[in-house]
Amino acid sequence: MSGGGGRVAKRSNLFVLGGLLVALLLAGVVSNFASAHPDGLDSSLREGCVFDADDTIVGGSCPAQQAREHELADSPLADYGVRGVDNEYLSTGLSGVVGVLLTFTVGGGLFWLLRRRSDGGVARSAASGDEADPTPGGADVSATADGRR
Amino acid sequence: MDTLAMHISNGIINGPVAAVFAAFALAVLALCVVRGRQDLDERLAPMAGLVAAFIFAVQMLNFPIFTGAVSGHLLGGALATMLVGPWVGTLCVAVVLIVQALVFGDGGVAMLGLNITNMAVIGTAVAYPLVALLLRLLPRTVSGLAATAVVASVVSVLAAAMGFVVQYWLGGTTDLGSGLVGLAGTMAGVHLLIGVGEGLITATTVVTVAKVRPDLVYALRGRRIVTPDTPQVPAAGGAR
Repeated sequence: MSGGGGRVAKRSNLFVLGGLLVALLLAGVVSNFASAHPDGLDSSLREGCVFDADDTIVGGSCPAQQAREHELADSPLADYGVRGVDNEYLSTGLSGVVGVLLTFTVGGGLFWLLRRRSDGGVARSAASGDEADPTPGGADVSATADGRR
Repeated sequence: MDTLAMHISNGIINGPVAAVFAAFALAVLALCVVRGRQDLDERLAPMAGLVAAFIFAVQMLNFPIFTGAVSGHLLGGALATMLVGPWVGTLCVAVVLIVQALVFGDGGVAMLGLNITNMAVIGTAVAYPLVALLLRLLPRTVSGLAATAVVASVVSVLAAAMGFVVQYWLGGTTDLGSGLVGLAGTMAGVHLLIGVGEGLITATTVVTVAKVRPDLVYALRGRRIVTPDTPQVPAAGGAR
């Protein structure tokens, strides 16, 4: 049973890898074709104001007038671009790739640390020592360790 | 103003209300950690990381809304709840919003509690019971699954938008007076359309995962989807 579990875990990791590639493609390439219009929230908050070609408020009154600078507007990745990269496509794409990998690492790492380790996983974890390896890749190690029947 | 701001920016909602929602969001996230741990085994954990990364990617893809110079993007609550369940799903969307606020300057850091409440908490909490109900009522087919995704997405996006309207009513920095009704109407109209877009993306994604690896779809646990490839053995009487 634990062997089957290991195999399933390994297949899952392949699926996750494939999904990650799709996400990288979407954020790295397709993101350049995204609509640049203000989104639903933004446009609702801009209702009542008049904007010029540079997107600056030139008249009227609306909630968006109160918007203030972001605390981290100077972040090297602010506004989904990489500072210092002048090519707009490259800048957006790179920031997307970094964002996907960062989100996966932070999210995946957090969920891996939080995971439940009971129900038969204890012996497997102990055997392959993946307690010391808090990365999603750890499941792979344990899968090869005892994944064959 | 930057054109890529997608969440509540600083200054839109006043400090005290933002702080109250930050405390609320923190409490809900703590509950999600406690309850989510029961779902998180070594198969779900990497999948949940993928769901967060995927939502980040798709949130970059603003799609145009036909009403004019307006766009929308996926919020992700319905998608996350269908793929990894309500507790872990809420955490997935929250991770995305935190990364966006802290690294990409999207959505004020001081507004994080408001954004998490609307998109991660309300978006998921509204979607989950709907998904559970619809999967019970609708036929166990790919179209049933897709319809569930669309309906759950539309309702959850509308609910998230109304969450913002309530927050604006409590602590909006511009006194709209009766204009608040107008804001609610505009938000509802635009987000109805965004919800349809979100529904199409969610349905496509969930159906794809269900075809490749049905065991990785949380909402399908204990259920079987009938696909054209699934050999159908009609039971005596023929009813499903």
